[in-house]
Amino acid sequence: MATDTLHHGAASEPHEHHDATGTKVFGFWVYLMSDLVIFGSLFATYAVLMKGTAAGPTAADIFELPFVLVETFLLLFSSFTFGMGVLAMNAERVGQVKAWLAITFLLGAAFVGMEVYEFQHLIHQGYGPDQSAFLSSFFTLVGTHGLHVTVGLVWILVMLVQLSTKGITPMTRPRILCLSLFWHFLDIVWICVFSFVYLMGVL
Amino acid sequence: MGHSSSSTSSHGSVKSYVTGLLLSLVLTVIPFAVVMSGALSTATTVVVIAITAVLQILVQLVMFMHMNTKADEGWNVMSFVFTLTILVLVVGGSLWIMQHLHLNMMIG
Repeated sequence: MATDTLHHGAASEPHEHHDATGTKVFGFWVYLMSDLVIFGSLFATYAVLMKGTAAGPTAADIFELPFVLVETFLLLFSSFTFGMGVLAMNAERVGQVKAWLAITFLLGAAFVGMEVYEFQHLIHQGYGPDQSAFLSSFFTLVGTHGLHVTVGLVWILVMLVQLSTKGITPMTRPRILCLSLFWHFLDIVWICVFSFVYLMGVL
Repeated sequence: MGHSSSSTSSHGSVKSYVTGLLLSLVLTVIPFAVVMSGALSTATTVVVIAITAVLQILVQLVMFMHMNTKADEGWNVMSFVFTLTILVLVVGGSLWIMQHLHLNMMIG
């Protein structure tokens, strides 16, 4: 029995690897779909509570659109540079993959830095999440996205280490592919934040 | 599943990523310019924001995430459509119910 399984595994190894990558990436896709439901419920919460400003500031009072536009561009360009990294991985160029991932990390870190600055600025002005239902839901929605990006940054660092020690292998390849999906997904969620929270907020 | 691993996310070319980037930039700048200039009415501006957002999401799903009906026998699209159904129920339903509740409270 054991020999049979082993033999079967050895005989179809290349095929197994191929399938395993597809299955892992699809499994991660399903996780992203469930994450989408989390963001969906946070968007619904924000949409319901956004008028509840409790005599505090409204969205139009506190949002600075040019600042947010720069954040949007940072995340958009980082999505593009990650795509270049995946192309470099398909071409088996590990040095280029690491370079693109490093650029992606810097763009993502700049985004998180700007968001932390924005939050600090708001809290410093007395517009913290404890002021109104609007600010609570705003901080929860945008903060959850920022937390995801921060986790993505840690993941990029881990992959940079694994690429250095292991190179592009059947183990690291699906991880990079899943991380690329995660990163593009966060960019798409940010488009919704930019459009429906910031742009529509100031109308 | 034969060629699914490559088609789920590793397809694509420099051209498709550059196209995706340029389209995304244009679709970001258009609603931003409309809001900043205040040239259009509020209702029209909301429509412009919503349309450019949906278009940009589609551009990135196809150009960056390579979502297509061929990979995984269409299961990735299938799960996405299912999730969209849930989202419509959650977001639309919440707004609908709370709107009614709000109106009832105003009357009471």
